[in-house]
Amino acid sequence: MIKVEDLYFTYPNGVEALRGVSLEIKNGEFVAIMGQNGAGKTTLVKHINGLLRPTMGRVLVDDVDTTKVSVATLARKVGFVFQNADHQLFCETVEEEISFALRNFGYEQKTVNERVDWALNLLDLTEYRKVSPFMLSGGERKRVALASVLAWDPKIVILDEPTIGQDSQQKERLRQFITQLNRQAKTVIIVTHDIEFVAECQPRVVLMAGGEIVGKGEAKNILTDRELVKEASVVLPEIARVFLGLEDLGFPRDVIDVYEAGRILLGRFGGSS
Amino acid sequence: MQIVEAQSLTYTYPIGTKPAFEDVTIEIEKGEFVLLTGPSGCGKTTLCRCLNGLIPHFYLGKLEGKITVAGLEVAERPIHELAQHVGLVFQNPENQLFALSVEKDVAFGLENLGVQREEIRERVDWALKTTGIYDLKDRAPYELSGGQQQRVAIASVLAMQPEIIVLDEPTSFLDPVGARQIFEVINGLNKNLGITIVLVEHRLDLTTKYANRVIVMEKGRIVLDGNPRKVFSSEEAWLIGVGLPKATRLYQLLKERGVRLKHVPLSAEEVCAAVTEVLTA
Repeated sequence: MIKVEDLYFTYPNGVEALRGVSLEIKNGEFVAIMGQNGAGKTTLVKHINGLLRPTMGRVLVDDVDTTKVSVATLARKVGFVFQNADHQLFCETVEEEISFALRNFGYEQKTVNERVDWALNLLDLTEYRKVSPFMLSGGERKRVALASVLAWDPKIVILDEPTIGQDSQQKERLRQFITQLNRQAKTVIIVTHDIEFVAECQPRVVLMAGGEIVGKGEAKNILTDRELVKEASVVLPEIARVFLGLEDLGFPRDVIDVYEAGRILLGRFGGSS
Repeated sequence: MQIVEAQSLTYTYPIGTKPAFEDVTIEIEKGEFVLLTGPSGCGKTTLCRCLNGLIPHFYLGKLEGKITVAGLEVAERPIHELAQHVGLVFQNPENQLFALSVEKDVAFGLENLGVQREEIRERVDWALKTTGIYDLKDRAPYELSGGQQQRVAIASVLAMQPEIIVLDEPTSFLDPVGARQIFEVINGLNKNLGITIVLVEHRLDLTTKYANRVIVMEKGRIVLDGNPRKVFSSEEAWLIGVGLPKATRLYQLLKERGVRLKHVPLSAEEVCAAVTEVLTA
């Protein structure tokens, strides 16, 4: 369980990035934090793994104040995958990259090997085991960064822009293993601009603007709220735009999923013919 | 006139064991807006690097076949000469910007070519105005937002007055509003100035409406090429796993169940129009 209580954070250069943020995230939840560049999304999640410490307010992870434990201790529980994989990768092969943290945590070689195999397979990277991460494409490097964090099996996984450079199949795979992590009661928090990915996964959405939370709730309610979406400088998902345009014909407004859209339209076409 | 002509092009990176792409033959007309897409690792980025000579001049490796861009044979001409005809904008503007002011960054390429001072000033001002960042010219690139930085990167390329601009996922670090503004800038360069655009993108919902042509690559080969409506409504596009625009996907779902909209829609507006037409007829 993550509790963020009236959190304020000001960067050393005086920029007030967070202004009174309160949020609770339960175990096993899937949450998407959205909002314009500079809204405070990344600053917020960096408080959850202790990379940043509150200027005011506090953050509790499983009832422990994040300022009371080291980042290294917290890291076992909270895995963080950076937006730009190049800020994270440094080893000579994909395999070494993924085993690095595992070794640091003191796992036996046998366990390290098993975990590495598991993570490589999960992210479809097995064929690149012996390849340098820097030989891979941007999307593939992103997956290596993800694999290296998932390998140590953290309870809370924070993914900063996980869909950058990923094609639709990779995104579908990402969606599936997030569901899988949730089933194991693991918490997944993504920071993302990818409105279509959110429309497909339908996580709980936290919308931020100017260092504050301006809306939170079910994806289909938040992302079809024209005023709210505008305030946070986010755009409506394509399917939401379809149904806003069809409002006068008596269609529901809160639709963001393409399959649900198909069913609703078929229902009407069936009735009219 | 063909601005890009590639004949049976195959390329293997120096440490690569198999080609990054193979037997690619394409022709791009001057003034086209081409959307290049396909699964990650399919060779899109590598192909872009061939268009401005980074391949073979910088990355070395083995390039077979023949490619000419703006009438210049890429393998035979130096990068600085190609740069006057082909601009490349990267995914992450951090990899491209380095000067202490926006103006200096945009002027850098021209200074290197030894262009006259007065002309540099004119072209830099023009590039900054065209991309909507003239008022940022004295700012340091590193203190700008991601969207502003990406515009600086585009302005730097634009100042060279290239005939073709290649952009490799230029908005992936931007929020949707910032991304849309960048796509509008790019579209303006194409429609108003006639600059040929090759845009690499996965986010087809945002970009399809600008393109007159879509090229889909898979495993190092071009597998689909043509008008966006035709390409996206094809069975293959779905099978390859191209992230179809949601509007087109919705069209497919209806079609599978026997409901056929009049046109293949590429945007929400087109779906609304088609559905309204049927239900109010």
